Amino acid sequence: MLGCNNENRNCGCMPNNEQNCECMGNNLAECDCHYTPQGINAAFGYNTMGMQEEGNNCGCSDNIEQCCQERNRIREEMIGQIKCLNFAIIELGLYLNTHSNDQKALCLHKEYCRQLKELKDKYQKIYGPLSIYYPCNKWRWLEEPWPWEGGNY
Amino acid sequence: MWTYNKVLEYPVKIKCPNAKLAKFIISQYGGPDGELAASLRYLSQRFGMPDQIAKATLNDIGTEELAHLEIVGSIVHQLTDGLTAEEMKNAGLGAYYTDHGVGVYPQAAAGWPFSASVLAVKGDPIADLQEDLAAEQKARATYEKLIDLCSDDPDVVDPLRFLREREIVHFQRFGEALRNVQDRLAEKRFFMNDKNCINNIVNNDCDCRR
Repeated sequence: MLGCNNENRNCGCMPNNEQNCECMGNNLAECDCHYTPQGINAAFGYNTMGMQEEGNNCGCSDNIEQCCQERNRIREEMIGQIKCLNFAIIELGLYLNTHSNDQKALCLHKEYCRQLKELKDKYQKIYGPLSIYYPCNKWRWLEEPWPWEGGNY
Repeated sequence: MWTYNKVLEYPVKIKCPNAKLAKFIISQYGGPDGELAASLRYLSQRFGMPDQIAKATLNDIGTEELAHLEIVGSIVHQLTDGLTAEEMKNAGLGAYYTDHGVGVYPQAAAGWPFSASVLAVKGDPIADLQEDLAAEQKARATYEKLIDLCSDDPDVVDPLRFLREREIVHFQRFGEALRNVQDRLAEKRFFMNDKNCINNIVNNDCDCRR
C-alpha cells in the first residue's frame, strides 16, 4: 500500500528542493500578485472558470463577480482539504504514540504528510501564508480573514 | 515551542448570533472542565512523566487542546459578534458585557473567572493520568449537555459534536498511556549481584570502578 516498501522514499513532509518560495523568482504565482490565473491554473493543473489566458491580471474583467466566486470556491475547497489532512495527521500522531509499531498507520502518516505539504505549498503560493514560516515578498500575514472570523478558513 | 497555523482544526461558521448560547458555551473556554484547563493540565503534567509514551501523549493532547480552545473561542466570538448592549443584557450577559463587552473572556458559565484550582499536577504519573481520564469524561459530559442546550442551531452543534468526539479519543489514548506506565511499574526488577565483582570492588581492582 502507498508504496511504503520503497526504501528510498523519505518522508514526503520534508522533500526535495521545492522549499523555495516561488514568489522569489520564477513566474509561477507571485505571492504578492493576487490570484493571477496562471497561478491558480498552475496550482490546480487545470483552467479555472472565467479566467482567460490574457495578461498578468485576472483576465476576467467582463465577469469579475463570477471570477471572485470561483476563486473563493476553490479557496474553500483547498482549505477544507488542508483541514482534513491536518486532522488526519493529528489523529494518527496520537494513535502512533501508543501504537508505534503499527506499520499501516505509519504509512498513512507518511502519505498524509506528503499530501499536506504539497497542498499547503500550492495554497500559500496563491492565498498567502498559513504560518510565518512561509516567506513572501510582501507581508501577507496580516491579511484577513483570521480563522475565528468564519468563512471556513 | 509552538507555531501558529492560520487555520482552525475544525471549521466554525455560525450564521445567527445568539448570546444565550454563548453564555453556556463560554464554560468550555475558561470553565472547570474547559479546554484551557485541559491544555494547562496536560502541558504541565508532562514534565513529571516517566516514559516516552506518557510524555508524548500529554504533549500532543495538550497541544490539540489549544486548538480546541481556539474553536470554542471562535464559537463564542461568532455567537456574540456585533451584538448590542441590549441584546447581551436580554441574554443574561449584562454583567459580562459590563466587564468584557463582546470580548471572549475565560470564565465558567456561572461567571467565575478561569482558575488553575480546577486542575491538578501531582508529580505522580498514576495520579496525574487518572485525573486526565476523569477530565476527558467530564469534558465529554459537558459537551453533551451543551449539545442538548444548543440543539436548535446546527451550526453550533456541528463543532460541539467534533469536540465531544475528540474527548473520547483522548480518553482512549490516556488509558493506553496509563496502562503502559502501570505495566512498567509492575515489571520484575533484576539487580546485578556478582560476588566476584563485589569482592573486586572491596579490593579496589574491579574493572567497573575504572
